[in-house]
Amino acid sequence: MTDITLSPANSPSRNWGRIALRWLLFTLLGLFALFYLMPLFVMVTTSLKSLEEIRTGSLVAFPREVTFEAWRTAWSGACTGIQCEGLRPYFWNSVILAIPAVAISTILGAINGYVIAQWKFKGANLIFSLMLFGCFIPFQVVLLPMARMLGMMGIAGTIPGLIFVHVIYGIGFTTLFFRNYYVSIPQELVKAAKVDGAGFFRIFWSIFLPLSLPIIVVTVIWQFTQIWNDFLFGVSFSQAGTQPVTVALNNIVNSTTGVKEYNVDMAAAIIAALPTLLVYVVAGKYFIRGLTAGSVKG
Amino acid sequence: MAPILDIKNLYKNYGSVEILKDINVAIEPGDFLVLVGPSGCGKSTLLNCIAGLEPITAGTIDIGGRDMTEVSPKDRDIAMVFQSYALYPTMSVAKNITFGMKVRGVDQATQEKKLNEVAQQLQIEPLLQRRPGQLSGGQRQRVAMGRALVRDPKLFLFDEPLSNLDAKLRVEMRSEIKKLHQNLNATMVYVTHDQIEAMTLATKIVVLKGGIVQQIGSPAEIYNTPANLFVADFMGSPAMNLIPARAKANGKGTQIEIERAGAAPLVLTDTHAKDLPEDVILGLRPEDIAEAGFRAGEDVQEADCLIDMVEPAGADTYVVSQLGGKQVTARLHAETNARSGENLSLAFDLSKVSYFAPESGERLN
Repeated sequence: MTDITLSPANSPSRNWGRIALRWLLFTLLGLFALFYLMPLFVMVTTSLKSLEEIRTGSLVAFPREVTFEAWRTAWSGACTGIQCEGLRPYFWNSVILAIPAVAISTILGAINGYVIAQWKFKGANLIFSLMLFGCFIPFQVVLLPMARMLGMMGIAGTIPGLIFVHVIYGIGFTTLFFRNYYVSIPQELVKAAKVDGAGFFRIFWSIFLPLSLPIIVVTVIWQFTQIWNDFLFGVSFSQAGTQPVTVALNNIVNSTTGVKEYNVDMAAAIIAALPTLLVYVVAGKYFIRGLTAGSVKG
Repeated sequence: MAPILDIKNLYKNYGSVEILKDINVAIEPGDFLVLVGPSGCGKSTLLNCIAGLEPITAGTIDIGGRDMTEVSPKDRDIAMVFQSYALYPTMSVAKNITFGMKVRGVDQATQEKKLNEVAQQLQIEPLLQRRPGQLSGGQRQRVAMGRALVRDPKLFLFDEPLSNLDAKLRVEMRSEIKKLHQNLNATMVYVTHDQIEAMTLATKIVVLKGGIVQQIGSPAEIYNTPANLFVADFMGSPAMNLIPARAKANGKGTQIEIERAGAAPLVLTDTHAKDLPEDVILGLRPEDIAEAGFRAGEDVQEADCLIDMVEPAGADTYVVSQLGGKQVTARLHAETNARSGENLSLAFDLSKVSYFAPESGERLN
């Protein structure tokens, strides 16, 4: 006990040094945070101003008069080319595109990862390497062959076609995630379940899926962000009426005639980005680590 | 009685590597078979083959009189306890134990009844609603055994179940497994690298090395008449003394001569041994070398030996002497007056002696 009270670490001068360092650190971090929040601040405030105020006021000033007019226009009145329905129809396109695409690619990735990690077969590693390779093929390379393929399948320019493209492209990543997660689960679990009489899907459903919440969350966040934010596939493989929100946003921003409505553009951009933010905030809670901790060894 | 497990000419290869070579083992109902050997000898692979978790390359496996070679694990009527326990981490203890029955469609009432029986037997009733992660090592061990017991199988398989426990708990669980075996009159196959576990639990031991069976026999047979140098050295602690010696036939039997550095050779006369080659390795367990006067019998022969080291171990005192270029350990009574650096008269009990051929390692007598 005595050596603790006498130690120099607890002397007043040392303590002051530590506190100063702490403050320096927090100040620095605060500055970085401000720097990164600045654009968001400008976007939000600009979207709440009227065009008049934007022309006359400063870029970083708070709105004198808060108006949601720009949001309303962006949602249901802004023009994308010749139609003036706002983002709304395209937003729903994105929703009915992203949800099945995320779900299907996550389920397939989970089953693939389970097979590759726990049911080793001849060539499993080769197949896994090939899937991994698929993660690194640039989007642009597959545009033409994919367009041809969608045409042959009769789903070119449709939302199912886009879902198909995103599922194919997503499987590489989702398989990688699940495989790496499942490979750390001891193989004796599968053996024990086999002796208990469970089959392939029973083991997956009763033992592996309940363990998988953290990796499912990671995969869903990743896939949703990718698919929602995708522009290239959306613009290449859609027609008028099936375009996702990213393409519509581009059209709104680019097809304005006359005065540039910055407030509408900002509001539209925020609307288009909201779902990914929301997924992150809601699902981020479930990043629970160590669900399997202590399940196996003492 | 028909053997409950009958393995014939089993081979197992991984690619071109032979893991198990020509294994032939049969056990009767109620037997406790222990597969023992150093790590990498194929004992766990053999157990996995019996369970059906690893396909075999050649040979047959019969369980309960039926050919199970191609049958999947769930239909072999076996239960298995794993080294890591392999409890299902997201299920409660009760669900872990009843999972097998649930999968097989056993009705709820029977599940409950069996669960309660097993929980009572293993004294894990207070733990039934906990998750495996909330249990200590010993408790997990019990749950893993409960999962096996509830199945009431023809054959229990244990894959080094005690190796993750600390020394004290290991001894406790060892005697509990032994008790369980006696109470249930169950047939068990048990893998371990610990020769003491093998000796204490088994009714029959298979010693494996490099995928080849070295010896099959009761613990006493394995201990007293090891089939070769490997078994002699592997089984027993401290290990059997293996002393290079020269054998010469004379009128009364065979004269055994052991070289000693700086002293006249030690000469013993074995009246039973016959037809030994000139070069042999003499095997004698430490407890078969005693202080002169403490061991009697017609095959006991005494000789003065220079003691190099004295190691009191409480109940016994071990002394080490240099014979035939080897450190030879003798187990003396605790109150011995042996001093290191002094001569002591030791009694060699030749009724327990083993002879091995130096090159092949095979037993000669």
